[in-house]
Formats: sequence, C-alpha cells, structure tokens
Amino acid sequence: MKKVFTRPKSLKRNTFHYCPGCGHSIVHRLICEVIDEMNLQDKAIGIPPPGCSVFAYYYFDVDMVESAHGRGAAVATGIKRAFPEAVVFTYQGDGDLAGIGTAETIHAANRGENITSIFINNAVYGMTGGQMAPTTLAGQTTTTTPYGRDTILEGHPIKMSEILALVEGAAYIERVAVNSPTNIRKTKKAIQKAFQVQLDKLGFAMVEILSPCPTNWKMSPVEAWQWVDKEMTKVFPLGVIKDRIRSKDAD
Amino acid sequence: MAKVLMTGNAAIGEAAIRAGCQSYFGYPITPQNELTEYMATHLSRRKGCSFIQAESEIAAINMVYGASLVGVRTITSSSSPGISLKQEGISYLAACELPAVIVNMSRGGPGLGSIVAAQSDYFQATRGGGHGDYRTIVLAPSSVQELADLTGKAFDLADKYKIPVIILGDGILGQMMEPVEFNHEAPAELPVRRDALRGAKGRPSKFIKTFTSNPSELEEINWSLFRRYELIKRDETAYEIFLAEDADLVVVAFGIAARIAKGAIRTVRTEGLKVGLLRPITLWPFPDEAVKELVKRMKQFLVFEMNMGQMIEDVQLALEGKGEVFFYGRPGGVIPTPSEVARVISRLYYQKGLSK
Amino acid sequence: MKGTIEISRELCKGCELCVSFCPKGIISVSDRLNASGYLPATFNDDGECTGCAICALVCPEVAIEVYRG
Repeated sequence: MKKVFTRPKSLKRNTFHYCPGCGHSIVHRLICEVIDEMNLQDKAIGIPPPGCSVFAYYYFDVDMVESAHGRGAAVATGIKRAFPEAVVFTYQGDGDLAGIGTAETIHAANRGENITSIFINNAVYGMTGGQMAPTTLAGQTTTTTPYGRDTILEGHPIKMSEILALVEGAAYIERVAVNSPTNIRKTKKAIQKAFQVQLDKLGFAMVEILSPCPTNWKMSPVEAWQWVDKEMTKVFPLGVIKDRIRSKDAD
Repeated sequence: MAKVLMTGNAAIGEAAIRAGCQSYFGYPITPQNELTEYMATHLSRRKGCSFIQAESEIAAINMVYGASLVGVRTITSSSSPGISLKQEGISYLAACELPAVIVNMSRGGPGLGSIVAAQSDYFQATRGGGHGDYRTIVLAPSSVQELADLTGKAFDLADKYKIPVIILGDGILGQMMEPVEFNHEAPAELPVRRDALRGAKGRPSKFIKTFTSNPSELEEINWSLFRRYELIKRDETAYEIFLAEDADLVVVAFGIAARIAKGAIRTVRTEGLKVGLLRPITLWPFPDEAVKELVKRMKQFLVFEMNMGQMIEDVQLALEGKGEVFFYGRPGGVIPTPSEVARVISRLYYQKGLSK
Repeated sequence: MKGTIEISRELCKGCELCVSFCPKGIISVSDRLNASGYLPATFNDDGECTGCAICALVCPEVAIEVYRG
C-alpha cells in the first residue's frame, strides 16, 4: 500500500493550539497543500491577524508578519507594492476583516491590489472570549449579545463577499465552508484559484470560509460542523460571488 | 448596601451605571472584556440607555464624542493598543471641552504586546496622549473598591471641568475579585448637561468646532484650557501616604504596583527598616506638592513601576534635584512579587547607609 | 481497493469528526485518555477500510495518515 494522505511540507510539525473541531487548522492545512502544489513556499509572505490565529506563524513554514487588528490589507499592500515578486496573503477573522478592517479591505480591493485574502468567518470573536462579531447571526447569543442579536439595536450580519464584489478592483470572490468533506475539497480549489489570480496579476482575490467555532458556539465539534449548514449558509450562501476572470477567458 | 464580590472590570460597569452613565461604546480586547460584557448585559436594555459594540475603538471614541455632545454621561473602555487608536478622538474631546470617561485596563506593550497587566501607558495617559497641547485627568485606582469609587468620581470631575477623564487600571485590577460596596443608587434620571447641543429651538444656533483659520484664536483657546488645568491641579490632586511619617526612604508607586509595594514595605518594616509609600491617585495632576513636602524630611525615593521608567520623570521634576531617585521596574506584563520588591528596597536601604 | 489508516493518538483532540464522517463507521472513541486528557479516536481495523481518506480530510489535527493499495 502507498501513503495517499500526509501532512503538507509547508505545515510545521507543531501541535495546533486550536480547540477540538476548530476550522482554522483545516484551512491552515489546505493553504499549505496549495503552497506546496503551486511551489510558493519561497515567495510567500503571510499576514495573520490578532485573534485565535495570531499564532499562525507557528504553523505556516513561510515568512509571516503580524499586523495590527484589521490592517492586514494595508500591510499586504505595502509589501506587494514594495516587493511585487512576493506572493502575499492575508489570513483574517471576521472581526479583523469585516469589523475594524473594512476600510482597509475595501480600498485594497478597490485599488485591485494583487493580494489574496483568506477570510475566516465563524460568526463570533473567539480569542477574546465569544463576543459578537459583525457576522454574528440575528438571534445568536454571544457574550455581548446575551439576549440574542437584536437587529434593531445591533444590526444585521454583514456580508463582506457581496460588498466587495461591488468594488471594481476585486477580481475573484468565493464563499466556501470547511464543515464537510465536499466543502473542504471546494475550499481547497477556491484557495488555489485565489492564489492563481494573484500570480496572473488580475486583481484582488478573496475566499470567505465559513468555519466552525465549537467552543464559543457552545456545541460539540460535530454539532458545530452541522450548524454551519443548518444556519450559517442561510445567511451566507456558498458559491462564487464574483469571477471577473471567467468573462476574460471565456473565449 | 451589602458588600458583593466582583471583578474589577464588572465593578467599573456597575459604578458607571450607578453614576448615571447612559451610554457605553466599546470593543472587545483582553483584559477588559468583562466590562464590555457587563454593559451588554446590564446597560443595553436599560430605559434611555445605549450599548454598542462598535466596529473599532476609533468608532467607539467618536460615538462617545457624539453622546457627550448631546449632554449624556458616556464611557468607553479598552486596553493599551485600543487606547492608542482612541488618541485622535480624545484630542477632539479635550479641544471641544466635552466630558467623557475613558477606561484603560493596560497590558504589556509595545505592539500587540501581552494580555497581562503592565503600567507602560503612563506617558500616554498623562501627557495628553494625542496631538496638541491638552491634558486629561488621570485616576489610578489600586483596588476593586477604588475602581468603583473612582469611576463615580470620574464622571463628576469630567462634568465639573468639561474634560475627558482617564481611569488608568491594568489587567490584574480588572480581573481580580474583591468585595466591593457601591455608595449610591443609580439616579432615576440625570438632567441633560446645560451646554449640550440639542437643536436650536428657542435660542440662536451654535456650532462646536476645533478648527480655526486664526492662530490667535487657537492660542487663546490653548491658554484658556491651561487656566482650567491650573484649577484642577489646585483642587483635585489626590494621593495616599502610607507609613512615611518617620521614613528614611519612600517608595513611589501607583495602581497595582502600590499594592505590591505595600506588601514589601510591611515586610521590611518588621526588620526595622523605616520605609514608606507615596501613592499618587491622580497621575495627572501629579502630586508635586506631596513630593516637595516629603523631601524636606528624607532624601531617598525609590520609584517602582511595571514599565521601563515613566512616572520616575514626574518624581524627578517635582524634586528639582533636591532628592535622590532610584528606579525598579519590570516591563512586559511580568508581575513582581512583594518579596522581590522587599529585597530591592532592603538592598537600596543598606547601600545608602540608611540603617545607621 | 483496500486501505488502512494510522491515527496519532497523542495528536488527537477527541473531536469525533472522523468518527462521524467515516462512511464505514470503523472509527470509534477510545476509552483510554491520551497525555493531553482527550479520549482519542481509534481505528477498528476489520478489513473494511477502502483508504477513502475522508477521515484525514476532516481531521483538524492532521493526526491521520492514510494508505491505499
């Protein structure tokens, strides 16, 4: 018999600090598989956020730099403009990209920066203890929406993929999830495409990944993975939101 | 009322509500999340009150600016990196003479730093912090009870002097649980501040601004702010003196460092060392006069802070060269123990020949 | 197609996702704690495994290696 599944080379051998069933480590592995297959390890520069994935540099065996909360897209812009040969990717949570970082993200996309954004949407602030996120669902209980998110007082969950699709410089935006084998395979393909868009200098690419957070959703890992389908995809539908590339190579 | 056991963060929230605070605008950051969460639970559904977990700390301070403008008591909280974000907003509040309470439960820095207590935001708090010539009152509690008491006082001072007030706490004070008593009930309704902007009905319209194209106008605004700061210095400086009446050496420390120092001082006192403590409670205005009084009787000052040396400059300025100043500090969120500080005090005491 | 897997019991955090997703139902929860205090997944090798690698695909800890042949 031969080995058909093994750890990607660019994933360091450290034990993940993430909770049992967390989506972060699945996505880390997929990104590393893509980095291996597309031969990007020497040129990649990754930008993790504050939050649970602040320790991403213990797992990705590529150059990485921490950014201030929400500013990843601006840091990525600075890196890519000063050193265009780098393959630059941000790895951001929902607070980071959809809350404090909206201005930087929208404007990096508007300028069509050739960067790849990986946006982890788990509808809650994990690292700080389970507060509301911009993507928290209506009625969802968190530590700062103890009565359930009230859309009149606290607004609706924000759909960053749809918002960014309106921006001219955004070339490719897809929403996927890492809560089932099928979805995990689709997530990997989306990540591959998002890096290819950067290599082809076609503009800003983002993959929004619905990810389970069993600890702060107060569910078991299996229940949390099911909740992504049962509840999150009703508000955040999966699929390609924008693909300007397709029309370009449709001939 | 009875004493209750609460974390420092929650005690701030309860004290603010009882002081008639009607709005809280904040953002999650460790180690102050229990305060944001307390307000989400207890303020958000109170009649006439509002709670917003804003999209960022910058948004939150600008929401505070708006709420203060229309005359309600308002508060925001964060920790070091988030307080850095608020500096522009605080400069605007000071320029417009708007009252507000800003809580900083400091953590280690610089950068993302650590999530545990440090005192490295002293300069940021006491020197204005943002751009321009201005000051904010800075209160430094050192117990959960004092957090509660000074929160109420902060709102009163902010309203009285039309100035932002910073409560400079830290991660230990925020997370520790101690018994606390609240000295007054929340008012049923607090009157809207007299000079608030609420629509020009029945009076000429007015505008609030901080920009001027006339430098002489801005000069006069600056002088006028500083005249008020002189009044605050004269009337609101607060500090505690502990066992310093017969001391040969005085430790100067604030906040949680002062708690640790008290433990160290009690230890060295049992060995016969005559050591006392000066604990500034207002960091701005700094208790210069207390230092000048003490230096008439003793010459050795040991400044103990959990940073690389910030308050030490204010002690040196107040002494005007009349005493000797030494420093012991641990930055980054490392928490020194009372026995460690006791050893530092003893060593200095004997090196300086004070036991003779 | 026959297959087999190796689960690293010390890396496993007992999330039970492989248990839930295995099409043959041949992964179960061990009754012996690992050093981190989790009850890890354990492979019940009865010859049914096809090496589909779904377990490895869903494992957040990269704790499973899959062989096929």
